[in-house]
Amino acid sequence: MQEHDMTWVRTEMALAEPPPRTEAGLVAWIRKNLFATPLDSLLTVFCALVVAWILPQILGWSIFNAVWTGTDRTACLTVDQGGSLPVGWSGACWAFVNAKFSQFMFGRYPIEERWRVILTAVIFVALLAPLLIPRAPYKRLNAILFFAVFPFVAFYLLVGGFFGLPYVETALWGGLLVTLVLSYVGIVVSLPLGIVLALGRRSKMPIIKLLCVIFIEAVRGVPLVTVLFMASFMLPLFVPPGMTFDKFLRALIGVALFASAYMAEVIRGGLQAIPKGQYEGADSLGLGYWQKMGLIVMPQALKLVIPGIVNTFIGMFKDTTLVLIISMFDLLGIVKQNLSDANWATPQTAKSGLVFAAIVFWLFCFGMSRYSIYMERRLDTGHRR
Amino acid sequence: MKHIITGILGAAALGFAASAASADTLDDIKAKGFVQCGVNAAGLAGFSAPDDKGEWTGLDVDFCRAVAAAVFGDGTKVRFTPLTAKDRFTALQSGEVDILSRNTTWTINRDTALGLNFAGITYYDGQGFMINAAKLPGVNSALQLSGASVCVQSGTTTELNLADYFKANNLEYSPVVFEKQEEADAAYEAGRCDAYTTDQSGLYSIRLKLASPADHVVLPEIISKEPLGPSVRQGDDKWFDIVKWTYYALLNAEEFGITQANVEEMKNSPNPEIKRILGTEADTKIGTDLGLTNEWVANIVKATGNYGEIFERNVGTGSPLKISRGLNALWTKGGLQYGPPIR
Repeated sequence: MQEHDMTWVRTEMALAEPPPRTEAGLVAWIRKNLFATPLDSLLTVFCALVVAWILPQILGWSIFNAVWTGTDRTACLTVDQGGSLPVGWSGACWAFVNAKFSQFMFGRYPIEERWRVILTAVIFVALLAPLLIPRAPYKRLNAILFFAVFPFVAFYLLVGGFFGLPYVETALWGGLLVTLVLSYVGIVVSLPLGIVLALGRRSKMPIIKLLCVIFIEAVRGVPLVTVLFMASFMLPLFVPPGMTFDKFLRALIGVALFASAYMAEVIRGGLQAIPKGQYEGADSLGLGYWQKMGLIVMPQALKLVIPGIVNTFIGMFKDTTLVLIISMFDLLGIVKQNLSDANWATPQTAKSGLVFAAIVFWLFCFGMSRYSIYMERRLDTGHRR
Repeated sequence: MKHIITGILGAAALGFAASAASADTLDDIKAKGFVQCGVNAAGLAGFSAPDDKGEWTGLDVDFCRAVAAAVFGDGTKVRFTPLTAKDRFTALQSGEVDILSRNTTWTINRDTALGLNFAGITYYDGQGFMINAAKLPGVNSALQLSGASVCVQSGTTTELNLADYFKANNLEYSPVVFEKQEEADAAYEAGRCDAYTTDQSGLYSIRLKLASPADHVVLPEIISKEPLGPSVRQGDDKWFDIVKWTYYALLNAEEFGITQANVEEMKNSPNPEIKRILGTEADTKIGTDLGLTNEWVANIVKATGNYGEIFERNVGTGSPLKISRGLNALWTKGGLQYGPPIR
């Protein structure tokens, strides 16, 4: 019998051997990623030394040596400067940020009315969060609430002046409140307006095309600073005395129009990347212009230019600091203004205040950036190389 | 170039100023219920800076409160408009603010071409020098700075004044010029220059931010005139008088020892001058002639204290700046602050 010729036959599959210790686990990862070649090893050691040198200094300044509480400048002064800290001390004066924190958030918004700002922020987050999470239901209702209803609610809450809420003039606004309101309005206005302008610029109707080109080129051709400057200094001279346009409104309009012009060009770039076949395919299905754009072209074009759109958003978020030119105080502006307070004048105050502003700006920009990467991955439909 | 632009802006402003100022400022202010006051947007330690609650504080700010107290008897009836160096004159001309109290130097150009009226000099400032006494022991006068390197901000009159002063005194020096004040501060702190020059009030606030403030001394010499004061629009003498006499009232109150604490008991003082100032003299018309109440000086002092109290609280011994009175002492104490009699 043939079976008898074979002395032993294995009937089940052999279990896979674990990979050699040099090819798996932490050791292998380190070898593969950090010490693969002599050059890699050298670079790794060099970088490790740099980190080991810088990190303790950063942590020491910002956390271990930092002063967290205090009522005035003496909290952050060394003995020879008139305070009580040891000579040669160097650390962040977070006490300054702590004392001024509500000012950095709300500016000079009246203290007893600040619940209105907080309520607005809560509504904002409550509407924005489900909008950003793809699984959350009622997207359409949510979007309508966020983009169409929320602006009016926010206007009523922040400005007030009717239905029992006292009026708060925008000259008192400041800090993060101003930064976020400018950015929100800029984003909410610039995306739809940018789409319309981009379509207009590619339109075959000559007058619409001309108007869009003129608007985009005129706005892009002038620095934002100049527009804010003119609106702030020249406008008051040319209107009847006593009539003042709200400075904040001027800044809002300036920032929104600017972002729109840039957005239009970003979106036009996306439109140009859509092959002619997509348009023709839509035409052959008998779709009208708006159906074609809304169902076929725009979804593809917008997906392609997500990085560009978010780039514009982040740029605009940081451009809001320019309103300092017209004496509006965004987060950076109010931090800088408070550096002039003699009660907090210490060698560490300016560094601490500016680092705080930088951290807040970074958090917002980084958040936007990460979300855009997430959206890109989610909407990726196979163009990846 | 900067001056030309300012001039053009000013000239343009003048054309509109006429219409803006034709209304009676005092009536407007009484109607709207507060005084609108322009202060320094960037903040200037001791003059206009926000406190922890965001309230404006400082010498310039307190002057506005004093005017509000004179008009309304209430120093809180004032609103502040933060202004940059560029937009301050336009804001005054266009009627956006009623008083400009923003560390503004009184010059003939501003008084004439820009159409301002300066109500007085609330702070006599001037360019001075600061040195590191630990590095330069024995130097106690700017005249000993021969051969020194001096940190200075570029493109300002400060740079010109520096050159003039050293030339006039036949001294050698090497300027170390910086575009921004922060850069000049850092360079001086790092020891790149022997001396630092800017307005004296500025030197005191820069000193607060140095690592070893006790080593640094501000030299006594003042090499330029920087008279800082509040201004109003030309063309409304009544309002100009009120602002001007608010300033004089602050000085007279100090001269006669009327303070925030003792103003009520001073009303019973037998001294006829004090009676006249505080409006307790029989049939007095001093306040009403100004368009105010006869209690106006008492209201001012109750709201902000006299000039000396304002000075000490914001820039003097009561503040971290610790600036001595110097030229800002009363005329009776060797200074230049001289209030014409209230009579």
